[in-house]
Amino acid sequence: MDFGPYLLLALMEGTVMAAVLALTAVGLSLVFGVMRVVNVAHGEFFMLGAVVAWFVTHYMPGPPALAFAAALVICPLVVGGIAALSDTLILKRLNYDPEATIVATIGLSYIFQQAALTFYGPDARPVEAPFNLRLQLPWFGYSGYKIAVVLAAMLLLLAVWLLMTRTRAGLIMRATQLDRNTARAFGINVDKVYAGVFALGAGLAAVAAVLIVPIQQAHYLMGHDPLLLSFIVVIIGGLGSLRGTLLAAVIIGLSDGVISVFFSPTLAKILATLLVAMVLVFRPQGLFGAKP
Amino acid sequence: MLDLSAINAAYGNVQVLRGLSLTAKPGEVTCVMGRNGAGKTTMLRAIMGQVPVTAGSITLNGQPLHSLPAHEVPRHGIGYVPQGRRLFGELTVAQNIQIGLMTRQKGAKTRDAVLSLFPRLRERLSQRASTLSGGEQQMLAIARALCLEPSVLLLDEPTEGLQPSMITLIRDTLLTLKSTGVATILVEQRVDAVLSMADHIAFVTHGTVAETLQNTNLSSATPQFQKYVGV
Repeated sequence: MDFGPYLLLALMEGTVMAAVLALTAVGLSLVFGVMRVVNVAHGEFFMLGAVVAWFVTHYMPGPPALAFAAALVICPLVVGGIAALSDTLILKRLNYDPEATIVATIGLSYIFQQAALTFYGPDARPVEAPFNLRLQLPWFGYSGYKIAVVLAAMLLLLAVWLLMTRTRAGLIMRATQLDRNTARAFGINVDKVYAGVFALGAGLAAVAAVLIVPIQQAHYLMGHDPLLLSFIVVIIGGLGSLRGTLLAAVIIGLSDGVISVFFSPTLAKILATLLVAMVLVFRPQGLFGAKP
Repeated sequence: MLDLSAINAAYGNVQVLRGLSLTAKPGEVTCVMGRNGAGKTTMLRAIMGQVPVTAGSITLNGQPLHSLPAHEVPRHGIGYVPQGRRLFGELTVAQNIQIGLMTRQKGAKTRDAVLSLFPRLRERLSQRASTLSGGEQQMLAIARALCLEPSVLLLDEPTEGLQPSMITLIRDTLLTLKSTGVATILVEQRVDAVLSMADHIAFVTHGTVAETLQNTNLSSATPQFQKYVGV
C-alpha cells in the first residue's frame, strides 16, 4: 500500500481510539472536576462495562443488534449503579478526602477485578458487533462498525456537553464543582450530586467499553490501558477541563493510531508518557486547566 | 422569628461558640459585632448547617433547624450572603441568580423583583461573575440570596472593601427589605454602617453574646464599641 492510503488507515484507526478514549477520559475528568476525587477504579468501570455487555449479549435472545442495543442501555445503568453505591458506602464516609479516596479506589479496582475473575472467568470473550458493514474505499476496505463507534462517541460527547452547559443538572454540577459549601447554602444536595457524578463518570466508561468490546473482546484485566491513557489525556488536557480532555484525547488517540501503525504500539505509549512528563514540567495545569 | 438558644459549635476539637443566644425578629435588623475570632462567622455558618451545633437549638418560627442537613436550611427561607461573597465565579450573573431561584423553586417574578433592586446586574447578566467589580459582586451575592424570597437574611460583612456609594446602596436595599418584614442578621465591622441600620446590636466575644443594645441606646454605645470591637 502507498504511504497516503497507509496514513489514512492509521488516522482512521487513531480516530476510533480517540473517540473511545475521549468518552472514557471525560468520565474521569468529570469525577475529578466536580468531586476532586482521583478515581483509580475508573479503568475497572470500563472493564465492568465490557463484561456486563458480554453477559447481556450472550444471554439475551433475539438478533445481535437488539442485544447490543440493550447492552448500550443496561451496561451504563448497571455500572453507574455500582459506582453510586461505591460512592455512598465508601467515598462519602471518607468525606472525599483526596488521599483516602485514592487508596479506596485502588481497593475498589481490585475488588471489581477479582469479582470479574470469579464470576466471568479469566478468558477473553468476544461480543458480536450489531452489524457487519464494510466500507470499501479505493485503497482498502474499512469496518463500518468502527465508523459507527466514532459517530456514537461524538453523539455521546455532545450529549455530555449539552448536559453540562444547557441543563439544570449541569448548572448544579458546575456550581458544586466551584464551591460545594456555597452550593449547600443554596439548597444543593452535594451528596446526591457526588453520587450522580460518580455514576455518570463510570457510566461513560462503561458505554465506551460497550462500543469497543466488539473490536477488543471483554477480559477482566482490560481496564489497565484505558485507565493509563485516560490519566494521560486528563493530565495533558488539564484536570477537570472537559474541553482540554477532548483535545488531548484527539491528540493522544491520533498519535497512538499513527505511531502504532507506522512504528509500534509500545513507542506510542512511550511518547505519550513523555508528553505527560513535558506537560507536568512546563505547564503543570495542563493545556486548559486553571492555574492553582 | 429565628431563635438561637444557648448554642455550642466547634470545628473538630476547637469549640468556637459557647452558649450563644440571639433572636432575629421580622422587620428588624440585628447587627452582630465583635473582634476577629469572636465567633460571628461561625454563628452564621452554624445557622446554615455548615458547622455542627453540639448543644442548644436553632429554631425558625418554632421549627428546629439545627438538626437539618445543610442543604435543607435555605429551603426554609434563610438567605445567606457569605463573607467574601463566595460567588460561583465561572458562572454568569444570570446563572448565579438561577441557582438562587432554584433553591425554593422561584420564577421570573422573583427574578424581576430582585433585578429591579440592582438594575446594574440586569445589564451584566451574560457576564462571568468573577469579572464583575467588587461592588457588583456584592450586589450579586445579595441578589442571589434574595432570590430565595427569604424570611431571614444573614449577611457577613457585606460592606467589606466597598466604596461609600456602594455601601449606601447596600444600606438602602437592606432598609427596603426591613420594611417588607425580612428579619436580618448583619455581621459588620463598620460602626457607621451598623448605626444607620441596626435595631439591635449584639456584641459577641469568646463565642457568646456578651451584651445587647437596643436602637434607642445606640447613640451612647461608644464604650461598648471600644470594649468589644476596639474602635
